[in-house]
Amino acid sequence: VAEKVFVTPGEAIQDVFDGATIMFGGFVTAGTPANLILALVERGTTGLTGIANNIGLGGRIDDLCEKRQLRKMIASFAIRASGARSSRFEAQYRAGEVELELVPQGTLAERIRAGGAGIGGFYTPTGAGTPMAEGKEIRVIDGREQVLEYGLRADFAFVRANRGDRAGNLSFRMAERNFNAVMATAADVVIAEVEELVETGEIETERVDVPGIYIDRIVQGARHEARWYP
Amino acid sequence: MAMRVAQELRDGMAVNLGIGLPTLVANYVPKEMTVWFQAENGILGYGGIAPDDEFDQDLINAGGQPVTLRPGACFFDSAASFAMIRGGHVDLTVLGGLQVSERGDLANWIVPERGGGSVGGAMDLAAGARRVIVVMDHTTKWGEPRIMRECAYPLTAPECVDLVVTDLAVIEVTRGGLALREVAPGVSAEEVQAVTGAPLTIPPELREMRF
Repeated sequence: VAEKVFVTPGEAIQDVFDGATIMFGGFVTAGTPANLILALVERGTTGLTGIANNIGLGGRIDDLCEKRQLRKMIASFAIRASGARSSRFEAQYRAGEVELELVPQGTLAERIRAGGAGIGGFYTPTGAGTPMAEGKEIRVIDGREQVLEYGLRADFAFVRANRGDRAGNLSFRMAERNFNAVMATAADVVIAEVEELVETGEIETERVDVPGIYIDRIVQGARHEARWYP
Repeated sequence: MAMRVAQELRDGMAVNLGIGLPTLVANYVPKEMTVWFQAENGILGYGGIAPDDEFDQDLINAGGQPVTLRPGACFFDSAASFAMIRGGHVDLTVLGGLQVSERGDLANWIVPERGGGSVGGAMDLAAGARRVIVVMDHTTKWGEPRIMRECAYPLTAPECVDLVVTDLAVIEVTRGGLALREVAPGVSAEEVQAVTGAPLTIPPELREMRF
C-alpha cells in the first residue's frame, strides 16, 4: 500500500506545477486548508487557476495574490457588490492581472460533484435568464428554461478536515465539510490537511465523512485562526 | 423591515436568509415557533447570530457570521446543501435586493459600474426556493426607485420574487403586476407610488405595517 502520510505541507505539494488548476476547499473561515495554501505561497508556483467558493473574505487564498501566483479564479464570491472590504485579488482583477469566472454557488458545487462522479454535465434552472447563461445551451425541461453546465475537475485539490487517518479517511468538525467533501472527489491528486492524524481504524466507522480512497496524501497541520470581518 | 419579514415565518418552515439585512430576521422568530434556518455552507437548524466572544471559525453562516445551533441541527456538504435549495426543499428565502421589476425579476449581485460582482448562492436560492421575499430600501441613496418596470442591472433570476418589504411598504408581485399591501406608519399610498418606478395596484383596505 502506498504511503499517504507526508510530514510537512511543503512536501505534500512538491509536484504542484506552474499553470496547474487547483481546487481549494473551505468556506470563508471554515475548513480552509491554510497550511497547504501557505506552503503554495512559499513554493511560489505561478500561472495557477484556483477553484474555490470564495476569495478575499478572511480565507487564505488571497495570500496567493501577494506574489501574483493566480492567473484565474473560479468562484461564487469574489468582489462584493457593495464595494466593501477590498482584497488583493480585487486590486489585481481591476488592474486586469487576473481573470474571474463567477459561478453560482450551487452550480459550482454541482459541477464539482459531477466532475468527481463521472458525469459530463447537467441542466439547471439556476442562471437561466441571467448573464450566467450567455453562450450556453438552454433547454426547456418541465416547463422551465434550464442551462447546460459541465462537470469540473482539477489537477490538484487541497482540502481540510478535523481528523484523518493513515488510510486517508476524513472526519469533519461542524460546518467544515462545505466544499471539502466534494472537491476530494474531483481532482487527479487530492491532498488533505488535518488537525489530528490518527492510526487507521481510530476514526469510528460511522464518523468517516470522506472515504480514504479519494485522498492521495495527508499531512497534519494546526488550524490557523481566522476572524470574521463584517 | 426584519421584524415585518419575520411575520411571514410559519412553524416548521425551512428558511434561508441572505447576507446582510436578511440575517436580522433570525432575531425575531416568535418563541413558540420552530423555524429551520438553512445556511448554504451546510447547516440546517442554526439559532441566531452568536456573540463575538463565542466565535468558532467552523460554525458560521454563509455570510461568515458566527451562529449558534438549536436542538436538531445538522451539517452537510455544499452539494447536498444546494440539492436542498435547488430541489425545492427550502420553503422561503429572504434576500437583499438592488432592483426588483414589476414581474418579480430580481437584480442583486452586481452593480455594473463597479464590476466584479459576487453571486454566492443568490441565483440558486432565487430559482429554487418555494417563496422569495426581497428586503431592501425603497429607493437608492439618491432617491431613485429600486422597484421598476424593468431592472437596469443584470438579473439574479427572472420572475422569482413573491413579496418585497421595504422601509416604506409591503408589495406583492401578482400576475397582474405589483399590488401595494401595506404602508409604513405615516406614509401614504401616493407617497409610495411617487418613489416606485412601476404602477402599483392600491387596494381599498390598505393596511399599516405592524411590528
